[in-house]
Amino acid sequence: MYVAVKGGDAAIAAAHAWLAEQRRGDTALPELSAAQVAEQLGLAVDRVMAEGSCHDRELAALAIKQARGDLIEAAFLLRAYRNTLTRFPAAEPVDTGAMRVRRRISATYKDMPGGQVLGPTFDYTHRLLDFALLAEGEAPTPPEESEATGAPMPRVSDILAQEGLMRREPPGDDAPPPDLTRDPLPFPAPRALRLQSLARGDEGFLLGLGYSTQRGYGNAHPFVAELRMGEVEVLITPPELGFPISLGEITVTECQMVNQFAGQADTPPQFTRGYGLSLGHSERKAMAMALVDRALMARDLGEEVTAPAQDHEFVLLHADNVEATGFVEHLKLPHHVDFQSELEKLRSIRARWEAARNGVAEAAE
Amino acid sequence: MMDRPSWMAVLARATEAEIEATLAGAPPLPPHRRVRGPEVGLTMLRGRAGGDGAVFNLSEATVARCTVALEDGTLGHGWRLGRSKRAAEWAAVLDALLQGEARRAEWLERVVTPLAEAQRAATARDARRTAATEVRFATLAAMR
Repeated sequence: MYVAVKGGDAAIAAAHAWLAEQRRGDTALPELSAAQVAEQLGLAVDRVMAEGSCHDRELAALAIKQARGDLIEAAFLLRAYRNTLTRFPAAEPVDTGAMRVRRRISATYKDMPGGQVLGPTFDYTHRLLDFALLAEGEAPTPPEESEATGAPMPRVSDILAQEGLMRREPPGDDAPPPDLTRDPLPFPAPRALRLQSLARGDEGFLLGLGYSTQRGYGNAHPFVAELRMGEVEVLITPPELGFPISLGEITVTECQMVNQFAGQADTPPQFTRGYGLSLGHSERKAMAMALVDRALMARDLGEEVTAPAQDHEFVLLHADNVEATGFVEHLKLPHHVDFQSELEKLRSIRARWEAARNGVAEAAE
Repeated sequence: MMDRPSWMAVLARATEAEIEATLAGAPPLPPHRRVRGPEVGLTMLRGRAGGDGAVFNLSEATVARCTVALEDGTLGHGWRLGRSKRAAEWAAVLDALLQGEARRAEWLERVVTPLAEAQRAATARDARRTAATEVRFATLAAMR
């Protein structure tokens, strides 16, 4: 049990003032604006929106600035802000098949309808530091352009599903999906809550778990059937209008991760898939999410549950970095009273131990 | 002629600065009464498992909305991602104005069409940039 403390106000105020000064850094250098963070550190913004579970580029950029670049602290700030807002009706599910694609690759098909487009990617860079960026140089040359065919880009998973080689997603009903922020998390957890939890889960935690499934903890042999990134329209049907209207577009990254076969007496062997969907351009997150989503299906597919990534409680109760940091970091708060009782307990155990040892020594004499 | 969901979509996609700039070149907006908002809240974004399966909650998003009434009683609604109350209110007034057939063509031409054209141009430019990164991988002879 945590026993509250009081006092320390002057020290806390002084600490926070110093923090503000540290945040600003050398005043001889121009101050970083939230708009600069949003434009030039866009992938950090994407991560904070995803883990803070709130899409708002400007607020995420502000949180990053305020947190001095500590992205978990920034996600925490965004979550806290989000709690102050009222809830409007939910949006319609985004249609990733209708995405305005800027990047789409498949590791399973060389040629597919609509083709493969690399988009703005770190892939195939040499990971050499670019010292030109140290100098404040000119604007980069505009990207190349070529004629767009406008050919549709169906999801690769749809192509496999049409052939009957891919396990189809069970269609949902019209009921609103359970919501982690309002409903308790039961175990085993339904898929909708698993996906919501993974979508807001810590990228590092999910990356490690996803990696563990590749290394043998969960017997995965995954392929990226498709990874796509681009803009999807967000539609909402306000009750006062009664028809869907657009709220604008958001950038999302989607990963369809194909995995090995499942089949039962009544269904032929077929590929299974894990699914990843995350806010912004966040491929590592979407891929890790897809790996872990597939691992968490083990029980549903009649596979043996042996690995951490297949364990619903282990994964879903520890994926949220705001919860995790809250519980780990609360250890820094004064625990004087708790510790005092631990000390007293230890002293009494020690006294008994010493008495017993002395008793043994006396008996030996 | 553009329909109501289309003009609402154009206004939702335009930034506050873009709407402000086009309004600067248009006649002043008529007087209106605020019926609700402008206010900022959250909407739950949703996805589908596998892209086409059952619905799940993805993340919340900030949304600004506003409902206004013109002097003749016409209601207009503005809904958009983000927290721009000004843009939501402008969108609501424009939505009300555009419902009146008498002035629709003029307001479309002054405000919505230029925004829509800029959006189309940006989308087309992205599509051309995307096309320039189309890749064709060749498979080398198998080693085994």
